[in-house]
Amino acid sequence: MNTDEHDPKDAALSRRRFLQAAAGAAAAGAVLPQSLQAQTAGPSAMPGSPETPDVTPVSLTLEVNGVRHDLQVEPRVTLLDALRDRLQLTGTKKGCDRGQCGACTVLVNGRRINSCLSLAIMHQSDQITTVEGLAQADGSLHPLQQAFLAQDAFQCGYCTPGQLCSAAGLLEERRRLGAAAPALDDAAIAESMSGNLCRCGAYPHIVAAIRIVAQGAPAGTGAGTRGDGA
Amino acid sequence: MNNFSYVRADDVDSALRLGAQPGAAFIAGGTNLVDLIKGGIEQPRMLVDITRITALGQIQESAQGGVRIGALAPNSDLAVHPVIASRYPLLSQALLSGASAQLRNMATVGGNLLQRTRCYYFYDAGFARCNKRQPGSGCAAREGYNRIHAVLGGSEQCIAVNPSDMCVALAALDAVVEVRSLRGTHRMPLTEFHRLPGDTPQRDANLGAGELITAVDLPASRYARHSYYLKLRDRASYAFALVSVAVGLELDGEHITAAGVALGGVAPKPWRLVEFEKALQGRRLAELDLSALAAAALGSAETLPYNQFKPELARRAIVRAVRVAAGLEEA
Repeated sequence: MNTDEHDPKDAALSRRRFLQAAAGAAAAGAVLPQSLQAQTAGPSAMPGSPETPDVTPVSLTLEVNGVRHDLQVEPRVTLLDALRDRLQLTGTKKGCDRGQCGACTVLVNGRRINSCLSLAIMHQSDQITTVEGLAQADGSLHPLQQAFLAQDAFQCGYCTPGQLCSAAGLLEERRRLGAAAPALDDAAIAESMSGNLCRCGAYPHIVAAIRIVAQGAPAGTGAGTRGDGA
Repeated sequence: MNNFSYVRADDVDSALRLGAQPGAAFIAGGTNLVDLIKGGIEQPRMLVDITRITALGQIQESAQGGVRIGALAPNSDLAVHPVIASRYPLLSQALLSGASAQLRNMATVGGNLLQRTRCYYFYDAGFARCNKRQPGSGCAAREGYNRIHAVLGGSEQCIAVNPSDMCVALAALDAVVEVRSLRGTHRMPLTEFHRLPGDTPQRDANLGAGELITAVDLPASRYARHSYYLKLRDRASYAFALVSVAVGLELDGEHITAAGVALGGVAPKPWRLVEFEKALQGRRLAELDLSALAAAALGSAETLPYNQFKPELARRAIVRAVRVAAGLEEA
């Protein structure tokens, strides 16, 4: 699924350009490669004040999937861009980059957020989990990943990392609520997952996969589950 | 996206000192501000991160029987907080109808109060005419596609609507906003926090430069048993309201002893229906012509070519929300 990791950088950029153009994103700055933006921004030795903002990259330690990373980022860099462009964790996807599609969903201290609308610099000492961190260290898949495979809960796969992290966040929210957690029928799953768009329309299978993990419901029951028992 | 410097405030006093500098902006959840910076609509020179000020994140019962909600309380936590869910279900319902689970985890109460309009012409800097974004430039929405725009409280200069669900419930619940600055602390009813556009549509709220929202206070709950937030939109979830109605009723038998009613999606600010509330007070629901009262509440509505459906939709929504709140209809 993480084909970005193997793409030549230019190919990845041209796909990004296409997606953003297709989404109607008109801001020229949004399609600049980050390396170019960093060059054009230029370093500044001036002390930070509103008149001469200090945009020099600042030191930041991000703890992602249990691994600490020391890096230097400009204040404007989003968590999404830091993960993808600096840490090469390209499983987290850049869809709309404006908080409308959910492809960039990651977990911060167990809570699902849109990493495209969150500045990396604000996550010092937070525990971040991306799709790369859902599976066990030995490679065994997270129950949600297993259920997504079994239920054929994706087609192109672009939204899947965000769907998985969002669903993991949903399960964690219910764990924290304990007995106060409301009943989780298919409508409630769909409502809770409404921040994750799927252009392939795999929603019934996504809902089924989450239901199976959340409720332990047997595969092959209810709408949207596969009939072949896979 | 413009570049900016970043500084983290450890307490309210340091936040106020930093926030008083020209070009400074406070950031908490960032769900709206980062988006607006990306679009070139907001161009802060320095961001003051207030998220580590733990004192602003608390939700506490107050001595007067109400609740004090810290400005940094996440929308998601607030919605499921036992006191809010049990005594102010109207607020829980409104919060959970807004945005997505991810955004609610990020978004704070203070940030939600300052959420800017979703007018297409405001949000896309490619449009030259927007008096809210560029004072004096004109209003592209008046002659444009104005389906989501205001039918109440707009001006020649601006017809953008406030997009918040939370604020509609807070208006019905008589919430009070606490604001701090280097000059001191002051409080105002939520209904006086947001401004009508008039000739200064660039100012959404009565909040000066460097002023920081620190809390929202709710008075003792009167509507725990009878309330309803009805939100009508183009899709079932994750969309802004075309029309929303927050209704809280206090009933003594069949008599309405108190009512709080506000509209969302129709005006530049949460639109409290004061006359409608008065008409309900002391009366029995069965003797009221809710439809006529709701129509009167929308009597001053002014429509544009694409939002002509809103007054009628709002009228029906008010009637339904009151009936559901009273237990006369299923939600």
